[in-house]
Amino acid sequence: MSEPIVKIRGLKKNFGSLQVLKGIDMDIDQGQIFALIGASGSGKSTLLRTINQLEEVTEGEIWFDGELVNQKLPHRQREAHLNRLRQNIGMVFQHFNLFPHLTAIENVTMAPLMLGRVNKAEAIEQAKKLLDKVGLSDRGDYYPSKLSGGQKQRVAIARSLAMNPKLMLFDEVTSALDPELVGEVNRVMKALAEEDMTMIIVTHDLRFAEDVSDHVIFMADGLVVEEGPPSLVFRAPQEDRTKSFLQQVFND
Amino acid sequence: MDFALIGRIWPFFAEAAWVTIEVSMLAIILGLILGFAAALASLSRNVLLRWPARAYVSVFRGTPALIQLFLLYFGGPQIGIHLGPFEAGVIGLGINIGAYMCETIRGAILSVDKGQTEAGRCLGLGQTQVMRRVILPQAARMMVRPLGVNAIALIKGSAIVSTISVLELSYTAHRYISSTYKPFEMFILASIFYLAIVTVFSFGVKKIDERVALES
Amino acid sequence: MGLDFSILPAYADILWKGTLWTIALTVLSMFFSLAGGVVFAVLQLNRHAIIRWPVAGFAWLFMGTPLLLQLFLIYFGLVQIGLDLNAFVAGVIALSLHFAVYNSEIIRSAIVAVDKGQYEAARSLGLSQFQAMRKAIVPQAVANVTPALGNMMIALLKESALVSVIGVMELTLSAQRAISDSFRPFEFYIAAGAIYYVLNLGLEQAVRVAERRSAQYR
Repeated sequence: MSEPIVKIRGLKKNFGSLQVLKGIDMDIDQGQIFALIGASGSGKSTLLRTINQLEEVTEGEIWFDGELVNQKLPHRQREAHLNRLRQNIGMVFQHFNLFPHLTAIENVTMAPLMLGRVNKAEAIEQAKKLLDKVGLSDRGDYYPSKLSGGQKQRVAIARSLAMNPKLMLFDEVTSALDPELVGEVNRVMKALAEEDMTMIIVTHDLRFAEDVSDHVIFMADGLVVEEGPPSLVFRAPQEDRTKSFLQQVFND
Repeated sequence: MDFALIGRIWPFFAEAAWVTIEVSMLAIILGLILGFAAALASLSRNVLLRWPARAYVSVFRGTPALIQLFLLYFGGPQIGIHLGPFEAGVIGLGINIGAYMCETIRGAILSVDKGQTEAGRCLGLGQTQVMRRVILPQAARMMVRPLGVNAIALIKGSAIVSTISVLELSYTAHRYISSTYKPFEMFILASIFYLAIVTVFSFGVKKIDERVALES
Repeated sequence: MGLDFSILPAYADILWKGTLWTIALTVLSMFFSLAGGVVFAVLQLNRHAIIRWPVAGFAWLFMGTPLLLQLFLIYFGLVQIGLDLNAFVAGVIALSLHFAVYNSEIIRSAIVAVDKGQYEAARSLGLSQFQAMRKAIVPQAVANVTPALGNMMIALLKESALVSVIGVMELTLSAQRAISDSFRPFEFYIAAGAIYYVLNLGLEQAVRVAERRSAQYR
């Protein structure tokens, strides 16, 4: 049995006097698809953002690929450590955060080029493949302002994939989309899941979570309330809080 | 820092500050009148009103205020306009700032939602009535602050009338720099008065803005 | 005395030289005011108050007082501390400082206005703080500031006329020289005004092109 790629132990996070994560433990194996569900304010997005350290943690440990993510280091060394780490962890945001001054293809090539991973021709070659993969081979020269929300989000996914990450984080990536555009983004994520990419997906879209994930974590008030395979969590929840959450969502 | 000197001559600066206030306030009033007239004219459908208003704004915003002032004061007599320094200063500054205020006022009027005009016209009001009863009251709210910015720029810009020997703050500072060779002290002294005038004026603008916002 | 514009060609040479000096003065001051604006803006975003405060105080003083007064301070003040610079240099320094203060306000708010998500996205790709700033934040800030900075540069051209009072032989003072020779103020101020107007039109065009270029992506 190999070491999990992400290992979280006793994770706590405070915003001032408010504790938003109250002790989280989690193991994610290579190739697993985790779905984090729960009401707004349950701490799921914060948890996701601690993994690549967009949020610092107050207490506990996060391990990624055998390395302690939140190790205490002097400022410069910590920055270098984080840069290296983040190059292996892709992140996709709710509001896309595409760079508006760059075309779709430039968004995808920027990081690999800046970090000296590839030369320009290789970067463009790779970016074209990735845009093709997300179904946007004809939109490479478009600026984000000329793309629909769904297209933007697919470019954002391609941008993250350009760094060949070992782990992908998805932070409510379809929440800001018009309903008719959700499907195209979900399809790209599903295809990615079928390629054995390790993924952590924070989502409100429970049907998609059930469809794509192989492990579901239900969070409330900064704690993991219930977890397990989707068939169990969604079809036969054990905890009352899970039951009432699911009831509420599916009745809407 | 020569405090003894400052103590001796500050009353002259205070007197000069009063002249700066007078010139500025009169110019602001003139600018507001011209600005309003030009703004309404430039939005008119009548070409004979619109074009002169546009030309006024373009020429007076497109050239230095100093040149405009010199043209009026030194060149005026050639075409029969004889003005003293103070009058020339007020008129020169007023015409100049009027062009900027016109743009501010025009912008505020144009920013009122087009639906307002349509709604007014559908009630059977005429063009002028809609402008007076519907558009201007809403535009007024939006123009107080930017007009305040124009006016404050004018107060500082009024320093240029020192070049046609209006005995205001900058003229006085210049004169004392030449006679005492203490540029730093004179700068600080004059600055205190300018900053005081600008601060009080800004406060006044803020109060007016709050009042106008409250009413609507 | 009537008007006689036919006298102008005889003084074309002095007006032309004055125009060139006005252009030189304006272009140099633009450059230094923009560079200074960036420096002041960065200093004002510094996390140490000891660096922020003096800059803020200087900005407050220079934004609240007339350019003419600042011109006197710099021209006569530099002489007093033993730096006998020529009027042109003093003029460039005064215009640059005056406009640098305004530019820095514009630049600072533009940097702050760029969405925080942009920074996060760049960092989550593994870019360093500096790389994120250079590639993600600055280009957007540039697009945000171009219109306002353009207006400042247009104002600078017109305000440059003020340096005539300390004896810089630019366009305004050249016109005055021609007037003291010909006694025809009206004609020459009209001529100088027309030249400024044309320069201003050209600059407005350039600013518009810069605006369009920097905001191509919108």
